[in-house]
Amino acid sequence: MHAETATPNPKLIVKDLNFFYGKERALKDINLTIPEKMVTAFIGPSGCGKSTLLRTFNRMYQLYPKQSATGEVLLDGQNLLDKKQDLNMLRAKIGMVFQKPTPFPMSIYDNIAFGVKLYEKLSRNEMDERVEWTLKKAALWNEVKDKLKQSGTGLSGGQQQRLCIARAIAVKPQVLLLDEPTSALDPISTANIEKLVDELKQDFTIVIVTHNMQQAARISDFTAYMYLGELIEFGDTSTVFTNPKRKETEDYITGRFG
Amino acid sequence: MPTFLQEASHKRQALLDILFRNLTRLAAFTVLALLGAIIASLIVGSMPAIHAFGFGFITSSEWNPVTDQYGAWIPIVGTLITSGIALLIAIPVSFGIAVFLTELSPRWLRRPLGIAVELLAGIPSIIYGMWGLFVFAPLFADHVEPWLNDHIGTWPLLGPFFSGPPMGIGMLTAGIILSIMVIPFIASVMRDVFDVVPPMLKESAYGLGATTWEVMRNVVLPYTKIGVVGGIMLGLGRALGETMAVTFVIGNAHELNKSLLMPGNSISSALANEFTEAVGELYTSSLIELGLILFFITFVVLSLARLMLFKLAKSEGRGA
Amino acid sequence: MFDLYTRRRITNLVSLGISVLTMAFGLFWLGWILWTLLAYGLPHLSLSVFTQTTPPPGSTGGLVNAIFGSLMMTGLGVLIGTPIGILAGTYLAEFGQRGWLAPLTRFINDVLLSAPSIVIGMFVYEVYVVKVGHFAGWGGAFALAIIVIPVVIRTTENMLRLVPNSLREAAAALGAPQWKIINFVTLRAARAGILTGILLAVARVSGETAPLLFTALNNQFWSSNMNQPMANLPVVIFQFAMSPYDDWQSLAWAGALLITVSVLTLNILARVLFRQQSTHH
Repeated sequence: MHAETATPNPKLIVKDLNFFYGKERALKDINLTIPEKMVTAFIGPSGCGKSTLLRTFNRMYQLYPKQSATGEVLLDGQNLLDKKQDLNMLRAKIGMVFQKPTPFPMSIYDNIAFGVKLYEKLSRNEMDERVEWTLKKAALWNEVKDKLKQSGTGLSGGQQQRLCIARAIAVKPQVLLLDEPTSALDPISTANIEKLVDELKQDFTIVIVTHNMQQAARISDFTAYMYLGELIEFGDTSTVFTNPKRKETEDYITGRFG
Repeated sequence: MPTFLQEASHKRQALLDILFRNLTRLAAFTVLALLGAIIASLIVGSMPAIHAFGFGFITSSEWNPVTDQYGAWIPIVGTLITSGIALLIAIPVSFGIAVFLTELSPRWLRRPLGIAVELLAGIPSIIYGMWGLFVFAPLFADHVEPWLNDHIGTWPLLGPFFSGPPMGIGMLTAGIILSIMVIPFIASVMRDVFDVVPPMLKESAYGLGATTWEVMRNVVLPYTKIGVVGGIMLGLGRALGETMAVTFVIGNAHELNKSLLMPGNSISSALANEFTEAVGELYTSSLIELGLILFFITFVVLSLARLMLFKLAKSEGRGA
Repeated sequence: MFDLYTRRRITNLVSLGISVLTMAFGLFWLGWILWTLLAYGLPHLSLSVFTQTTPPPGSTGGLVNAIFGSLMMTGLGVLIGTPIGILAGTYLAEFGQRGWLAPLTRFINDVLLSAPSIVIGMFVYEVYVVKVGHFAGWGGAFALAIIVIPVVIRTTENMLRLVPNSLREAAAALGAPQWKIINFVTLRAARAGILTGILLAVARVSGETAPLLFTALNNQFWSSNMNQPMANLPVVIFQFAMSPYDDWQSLAWAGALLITVSVLTLNILARVLFRQQSTHH
């Protein structure tokens, strides 16, 4: 499960990234390389900036005034923070799933089709196939194949979250950002999502923010520990958890802090 | 002795508590009593007309003080048509304003613009009436109505509705002015319900690369559907009962015309014009029955509006 | 793919452009109406408007009796309506957790809030004017009070709900009886908000015309007798504006400007006041 190859392909490269809420500096000189088709976890106490960092990757912060980022985030060598970078096209390449399930107020089928229609003009048949492919990928097909026309909000919490993951992968992004995707779910649903993440990394580069260290240890290949807006330690998960280089990381992981 | 005193004061406080609670309850009850009294007095007042005309009152378009024959059909239709025109214009405009205020406006402009829209609701309706009659109607007659006559007036199906002498006053003018008056009500309800959409839901759509318009159209609007309809009903309730502005510009002609450029009448303007001058029991009673009908219609519309807004608030509380 | 994307962007730009236009459309009417009032009203707004009574056709005069009547009836209407409104709003916020009365009252109140005011005028006509046999200032005050009540109930309840429960609990922990907690702690904490509601209610009724038509009607002369027909700005404006006389129409515009300026000032004042309160807490 853990990274055995010494030099995985870099997918996202973060260079000297700083982030500001107004004048407050929330991320401080972050440098980090996220490897392709692996799971990278961001951990750290709440308020450490792990979600903020994640939200710079698809520039979600731009919805809000007074939030800004400096530095570079390179996706396959292309700077995402560049003003000229088209936002919608960026977001087609980088999908995101949130803390709470957020099914759109429409049918299960349309939840999936919504994103696809933004980028591709598919015939009825092609769309049916895409929806089925996506739902199978998200391990949801067997549960919902008979009620595709029903509202997405009628599903259970765990199913809703898998629907949201399906919705994100339906547009075939390269990177999948998961912002504490299991924080609102019960243990069984959480296990389902974790299993799904492990399968999805064959096709997607996955970055997951989690407050649950066991989860990070279970599913990630690389782990970044952050504290007060700084990246304290980054390395492959087994090293970070069994043999941390920094005292702060060790304190956090062993539960002496946080 | 101190304990005795304490007990006495304790009892006094408990009594005051009960007294105060019942006082407030009485005040709350006053509201219900008021509604009951309004309905009762309207029904009592319209009894002579109900006896004289029965249900035929609603469908008869006769309105003749000389022969003492009255029917509500023309004012009812006028009320519905002017309110309908108002909604036709106000709904898309209000939606646009709400979208602007929630999504597009720079943060520092939101408050002043929001207040400006609400001030539109603050302007007394008699002012709308004066402005409508003396400023808007002449311009409308000179520049818009001839154009309507020449262009839309010649169309096969829609034509008859838009042809007629350009007088400025009439159903269409009343509808347009009503629309300006209800825009602030509908727009502020829409803005408020758009504001309660969970940011995460919008972010999920933006996260897929949807544009602002797509997020509003496909996610925010369906999510707030009930509230939006509630807001529209609220605006409709306002438009139906609006009196002074309509009285100024509708023309107060007791006739039913196919053309929207022709004068007409609405329930509230018939009341405003004729009630104090009505002589004879049947005449007054017929006007009161008109008021009863108006109250009934607006009551139903406003109740539906409240139920819908309440339903949205409740589903919001559950956390969708 | 590029084609679809371009189309999406164009749709987006066009719709957002329309949204900006609708905003401009709304502001345009506001600007136009206000400008009209200034252009027609300001030239006729002389000192005599505030010193002379309404004239017979063809001679000059002022609006002082109408201004006075409006102030009287609005003032009395608010004085009658406000206590009932505050008490009922208090009931809804503080005692209305159980039972049927509170939800029903809340619902009916919300409906009354937008009920056609002309019907309220008819109601007062039926139960008051007909009984005493003539139009009278009191009738106008009653009709306005009925319009004031729902506005005050609504804001009082909303404002009381904004008062944090910890404040009530803190007072209760001192052993204070509930009537004292409400009167001396919660209502006081919500003071500015409730005042906002009263101001909005004043603004709402000072422009009301329809309910006064059937109750106070009008009076050409100075009268402070609430038992007699009473002049008031809205009805005077209505009658003068609809008249064929130039003098009357000029006075109507002056009155229209006066009334609009006061109503809009009250509206803005109420909002500023409320904002101050909400930033204090």
